[in-house]
Amino acid sequence: MTAIAHLSEVDIKEFGRELDLIRDEVIASRGADDAQYIRRVIAVQRGLEAAGRTLLFASVLPPAWLAGTTALAVSKILENMEIGHNVLHGQWDWMRDPDIHSTTWEWDSASPADMWKHSHNFVHHTYTNVLGRDRDIGYSALRVSPEQPWHPVYLAQPLYNAALAVFFEWGIAVYDVELERAWSGEKSWGEALTQLRHVLRKAGRQVAKDYVAFPLLAGPSWLPVLLGNFTANVARNLWSHTIIFCGHFPEGATVFTEDQLDGETRGDWYVRQLLGSSNIDGGPLFHIMSGNLSHQIEHHLFPDLPSNRYAEIAPRVRALCERFGLRYNTGPLAHQTLNVWKRIVRLALP
Amino acid sequence: MVALSHGLGGFVADVVEGRRAPKVGPRVLDAVGWLTTPLLPDDYLGLLNPLWSARELCGRVEAVRPETADAASLVIRPGRGWVGHRAGQYVRVGVDVDGVRHTRTYSLSSPPERGDGCITVTVKAVPGGVVSTYLVGRAAPGLIVRLGPPDGTFVLPEPLPSRLLFLTAGSGITPVMGMLRGMASRAVMPDVVVVHSAPSRDGVIFGAELRALAARFPRLRLYERHTRAVAGDGRFTVAALADVCPDWSRRHAWACGPTPLLDDIERHWRRHGVASRLRVERFRPAVASSGGRGGRVRFTAARRAVYAAAGTPLLQVGEDAGVLMPSGCRMGICYSCVARLASGRVRDLRTGREHGDEGELIQTCVSAAAGDVEIEL
Repeated sequence: MTAIAHLSEVDIKEFGRELDLIRDEVIASRGADDAQYIRRVIAVQRGLEAAGRTLLFASVLPPAWLAGTTALAVSKILENMEIGHNVLHGQWDWMRDPDIHSTTWEWDSASPADMWKHSHNFVHHTYTNVLGRDRDIGYSALRVSPEQPWHPVYLAQPLYNAALAVFFEWGIAVYDVELERAWSGEKSWGEALTQLRHVLRKAGRQVAKDYVAFPLLAGPSWLPVLLGNFTANVARNLWSHTIIFCGHFPEGATVFTEDQLDGETRGDWYVRQLLGSSNIDGGPLFHIMSGNLSHQIEHHLFPDLPSNRYAEIAPRVRALCERFGLRYNTGPLAHQTLNVWKRIVRLALP
Repeated sequence: MVALSHGLGGFVADVVEGRRAPKVGPRVLDAVGWLTTPLLPDDYLGLLNPLWSARELCGRVEAVRPETADAASLVIRPGRGWVGHRAGQYVRVGVDVDGVRHTRTYSLSSPPERGDGCITVTVKAVPGGVVSTYLVGRAAPGLIVRLGPPDGTFVLPEPLPSRLLFLTAGSGITPVMGMLRGMASRAVMPDVVVVHSAPSRDGVIFGAELRALAARFPRLRLYERHTRAVAGDGRFTVAALADVCPDWSRRHAWACGPTPLLDDIERHWRRHGVASRLRVERFRPAVASSGGRGGRVRFTAARRAVYAAAGTPLLQVGEDAGVLMPSGCRMGICYSCVARLASGRVRDLRTGREHGDEGELIQTCVSAAAGDVEIEL
């Protein structure tokens, strides 16, 4: 592979050792400040949610509707990204607080946490960007890498990617059932259907909350409440789709083959995570709103370190990459997003 | 009706200050659950006031009272869901130290007769003890702690026996203090002998209160032994018991203190054939720490036990034993494999560090047994 052709086995081992040092340092310094951070984010998110839903009850007044919907959308983004995604990764398990723990957490999303943890934490983070193993490469629906064989259905992918962006949480929920693996016989239809029922039970409560319970409670304001909830969900979907697609699909992200997994060392694993991921530049607030997936590289190198610590180690990871002549893919949001969409349009064609 | 007898202002103040949780029926909470899904109403209530959350019982430290140079009593107001306790029982206390939840068990030193709805635990700082040094040295009013339900059989029977003997040493006085305070507050004091050892007169936890009780109730006789005082009495041994309490074998006895003393006491009572009259409370189970060796691993749900080598991940141990083990990346990153540790300690294979509290969630794929362990799988 050209990106690492200049590195010897010893170099890669050293690269891995340096990253292990960074990891150990963060782990040794986790403490009360970090715990306070995540508890504060959770308190702010739940406060925003309560404020947003309360404002929406007064949504006969258009400014109240706008403010309420915005607060709710921001709360839903925080809940899914900086809180849910990272808690489910086990980033806060070290606190040993059963209330903020990967095994007990459930999130405001159509997909049940346990199924998402399997498809994301295990399949995606273990086999990152390995063709045929990492189902997140195009979510088994999109062609995002020239190495994926072309099929006429990809001609429509700019369109259905736009639709996916709007209904992203539903795409993820269905995706976690792995219907294509049942189709190909890799898993039984019985198992897939059981999982689908599991999704429907979880998603049913989600739908009931946003589109039945709160509108009912709002009485005469039921319609603006329903529309506000819908808008907040769509805004969250568009945002998370945008951030997540910038994490792996911009130009330059490398894909790997299954035989490269044989005999993979710790250093090799780090290199694969690095080359398969891209960052997004931005300020502190942007990083929080992206669930710190703007530090996708650091997240993939250390998926279980607390997200609030990625920003401080990013310069060190970047310097390390420079030292070893490895690509550290980063850019502003608009640039990375444009890049992703260009790629999706171009790869729609053979 | 509280609001009437106490005035609405008092009721509101009670609610705001957490003395009283707003009364909400389970059916209402169930309905509200449709609005808070996938969370529970308690997750929001707990943010307003941790004491309102019944899902995980909390308590707020109202005062920290120094008892001796290295011991303090914490006055804790339990939140919604506290069921009340019997004097002499213990309670699990969870506290965050440097961001990490630690859980320890402490005897309650307050009787249920205490009028203000609070409970107390009395903690002696153990050198190097993370939780005890924190609670004695750093805890302050306002601190929120997690509480377990009260438990334990080290209690007084009903009706009270006519003659009682309490044999305690050091912080072993704490559960007994709960019982003495309970009897004192009801002004029911049978024939009681308290034999208590502590390093010095000043080092006696509740020293002044014990002496005051003995002065108030003639039927309560207190024998203090100050083991490290100048010209002190030396360590208490069961051989000396007959001198201070000749009728010890005819009394119902309660003993609490260091393990060697309790072992001696148990042997003594057995030898005289009166073991049925003795109740013993141990603060520390007799656990042998083990270095770089493995241990016996018991999977509690699967009811299987196997020997595990020091370097073998528990995940593999379980799988080899045919236990249904959740698993994922097998390299410590995906947390698909976490399981609850019921007892014992494990070694993190990545760092070599030993850890393990009862109930801790551990990653089985990178943890090995450090001595005997029990896993809830």
